[in-house]
Amino acid sequence: MAVIIENNTLKPEQIEKIKNICKSHGNNENNLINILHETQSTFGYLPKEVQEVIAEELNIPVGRVFGVVTFYSFFTMVPKGEHPISICLGTACYVRGAEKILEEFKKELGLEVGQTTKDGKFSLSCLRCIGACGLAPVVMIGEKVYGRVTPASVKDIIAEYK
Amino acid sequence: MAKYKMHILCCGGTGCRASKSDEILENFKKIILEKNLDDEVQVIQTGCFGFCEKGPIVKILPDNTFYTEVTPEDALEIVEEHVIKGRKVKRLLYMDPDKKEHISDSKHMNFYKKQIRIALRNCGFINPENIEEYIARDGYMAIGKCLTEMTPEQVIAEIKLSGLRGRGGGGFPTGLKWEFASKYHDDQKYVVCNADEGDPGAFMDRSILEGDPHSVLEAMAICGYSIGANKGLIYIRAEYPLAIERLKIAIKQAKEYGLLGDNIFGTDFSFDITLRLGAGAFVCGEETALIHSMEGQRGEPTPKPPFPAESGFMKKPTNVNNVETFANIPVIINKGANWFNKIGTEKSKGTKVFALAGKINNVGLIEVPMGTTLREVIYEIGGGIKSGKEFKAVQTGGPSGGCLTKDFLDTPIDYDNLVAAGSMMGSGGMIVMDEDDCMVSIAKFYMEFIVEESCGKCVPCRLGTKRLYEILEKITRGNGTMEDLDLLKNLSKTVKATSLCGLGQTAPNPILSTLNNFYDEYVAHVRDKKCPAGQCRHLLKFEIDPEKCVGCTVCARNCPVNAITGTVKQPHTIDQEICIKCGACFQKCKFGAISKK
Repeated sequence: MAVIIENNTLKPEQIEKIKNICKSHGNNENNLINILHETQSTFGYLPKEVQEVIAEELNIPVGRVFGVVTFYSFFTMVPKGEHPISICLGTACYVRGAEKILEEFKKELGLEVGQTTKDGKFSLSCLRCIGACGLAPVVMIGEKVYGRVTPASVKDIIAEYK
Repeated sequence: MAKYKMHILCCGGTGCRASKSDEILENFKKIILEKNLDDEVQVIQTGCFGFCEKGPIVKILPDNTFYTEVTPEDALEIVEEHVIKGRKVKRLLYMDPDKKEHISDSKHMNFYKKQIRIALRNCGFINPENIEEYIARDGYMAIGKCLTEMTPEQVIAEIKLSGLRGRGGGGFPTGLKWEFASKYHDDQKYVVCNADEGDPGAFMDRSILEGDPHSVLEAMAICGYSIGANKGLIYIRAEYPLAIERLKIAIKQAKEYGLLGDNIFGTDFSFDITLRLGAGAFVCGEETALIHSMEGQRGEPTPKPPFPAESGFMKKPTNVNNVETFANIPVIINKGANWFNKIGTEKSKGTKVFALAGKINNVGLIEVPMGTTLREVIYEIGGGIKSGKEFKAVQTGGPSGGCLTKDFLDTPIDYDNLVAAGSMMGSGGMIVMDEDDCMVSIAKFYMEFIVEESCGKCVPCRLGTKRLYEILEKITRGNGTMEDLDLLKNLSKTVKATSLCGLGQTAPNPILSTLNNFYDEYVAHVRDKKCPAGQCRHLLKFEIDPEKCVGCTVCARNCPVNAITGTVKQPHTIDQEICIKCGACFQKCKFGAISKK
C-alpha cells in the first residue's frame, strides 16, 4: 500500500494531495491527528518530507507535527511491508504463549519488531488486543486474523503469502 | 422485525469474524435467496453474543436455537434441516460439559444463566446497522422521556439516585460528574465519549459500539440535555475500524430520523455528534490526555484541577464518560433509578461487563450483577480452568490492577472490594491464570507495557517504571538479589505516590499485588534461581534422560549453538555452559527424552 517517495522528494501531485487533505480539515491544527490519519492511509507512512508539507499548510512548526507522529504508535515513519504482520501481545494472548509465536516469526523472517523485509514483502509489529481473545494467541496479517496460532504453524502461515 | 417468520442471526463480533462468520453470513443469504425463502426468513449480522470460545455463533429466532462453532459449509444444513423441516441440527448445538447433553436455548447454559444484560442488552439481538431495530427495543424512548417529561435537574437526580459509577476504571459516581459539569456555564459545552479502550485483554467497549452503537448516541444526547451541551465527541481508537464504521452509520441514521441534530423531538434541544480518532496511546484513556489528543496534541495529561467539567475540550466545560457507562443510561431512564439500584451491592450498583480470557474454558464477554463472586464468574460462567489445571490467579484491572489468588475467590466483585484486595475494577479485563503462569513474568509483562505507554511527561512514571522493569528483568534472568525485592517495593510505592496521572499512579499495582500474594515465587527466582512455573527461560535447565534417548541426533542437529554432543545411536548430552535455553531440542525430541526443569 505504501506509495514510493523517490529520492526523498515528493512529486508535485503528491504535495497537492497532502494540501488537499489539510484543506478538507480547514487547515486547522486541532485536526492534526485526523489529517495524519488520512495522509498515512494515502501514502502508507509519514516520512519527514510529508510532515514538512503538513506543517507548512497548518502554519505550525515541523517539530509539533513530528512530536505528534512519534507520540502515537499508530503512525509510522517507515513504510510497512506489503503484508504487515502484527502479533497480538494483549494479556490473553500473552498467557497463551504469544511470545513464542513472536519469536518464531522473528526467526522465520529474520526481522526484529518494527522492521520490514528487504523485498518489502513483510513487516513485523506487535499490537495490544484486537478483541479476539477467544482465539488466543492471534496474529493479524493485513486485515486477516489467524487464531489459535502455534509456533509450528507459523511457517505455513508465512508460506501463504510467498 | 414483524413480517418475517424466522430470523437467522450471525455473530459479527471480531472473534467470530476471524473464524469466517462473514462467509457464514454470505452463505446463508445466498441459500435463502436460492430457495426463495427471502420473504419469510431474514438473515442479519449482529454484534457479539459474548460466548467467543464457541464461535462462530448463529442464532435462530423465534425458537432461540443457539448454534456453536458453525462453519460456512454448515449453512446449507441449517437451512435445509432447521429452517425448512424444523429439525434442529444436533451436532452444532452446545454440549453441556457436565451433563453431556445438548442444550439448544442459550438461557439454559451455565455461561448465560447468571448473567444480567443491561449494557449488552442489544448485543447479539439487533442489526446494529439498522436504527429501526434499536427503536423496536425501546431505543430513543429514554431521550424522548427526558426531553418531554423531565428537567435537566431531574435527569441528573435520577442518575445520582441510580448509583451508577464510571465503568472505565475509576468508579466515580456518574450523576455527580454530570452535576459538576452542569454547574459551569459557557457559550459552548461538550459531552465526550471515551472509546479509547486500551487495556490489553478488554474489548467490551468495542463490542457495545459494534453491537449497539445507538445506545451510546442516545445516552450522550441525554447527558448533553442534562448538562446543557449541544455537541458530542466520540474519541475512538483507529484500531477499531468496524466500530468506527457502525458509529458513522448510526449517526447518519439518527440524524435522518431527527433523533440527533436540530430540535430533537420538536423541542428546542439540539445535539450533534462527531468522531475523533485516537492513534494508539494507552495514556489517552486518562481524560485530560484524551482531551489534548482530541485537540490535535500529544496525548499528555495535565494536573487536575481544573477538571474537564470546568475547563476541558477547547477550554470549555466538558463531561467525559466511558462507553459502558453511557450504555447503562437509557435503561436507567426507562426503567427508573429504583429498578437499577436494586441490582448490585451497597456501594456498587448495577452490572459490570467483563472480558473473560486466559486459561479458562469459556472465553467471552459477560455481564454480571455487581457482587457476583470471582468463583461464580470463573467456575460457573467460565466453566473452570482449561485442561483441568490448577487455578493460580486472576488478573483484574489490566495494567492498573493486580493478581488475586484463590483466597479471594469468594469475594463479591465490586469497586471497593477489588481495591481492598489490592487490585481494581479497571475497564473489566479478567485474565485467568493457571499453574504454568509465572507471576514475576506477568508483572514484567505489564511493566513492559507501561514503559512503552508512559507518555514521558513526569519523571516518576517515565524513569521509575523503566527501573522497575529492569529489576524484574534482572530477577527473571536469575541475577536478582533479596535487596532487589525491597527496592522493587519501595520504588513501586514512590511511583504510585508521585506520578502525575492515573497511569503512573496505578502502574506499580501488578508488581505490588504479586509481591504481596506470591512473595515465595519471587524468592524462588532470587534465592533458588528457579522459576516454579517453568516460564523463565534463563532459569530453566534442559537435560537428556540417557534411558530414553535413542541417539537419533535430531536434537544435536537442531541446536543453534552446538551445545549437544553424542554419537549416533548413543545417548546425547547437553553442555549447560553453552546452552542458551532456547528449547529447540525439547520441541524436536520425538521420544520425550529431554526434560525441562
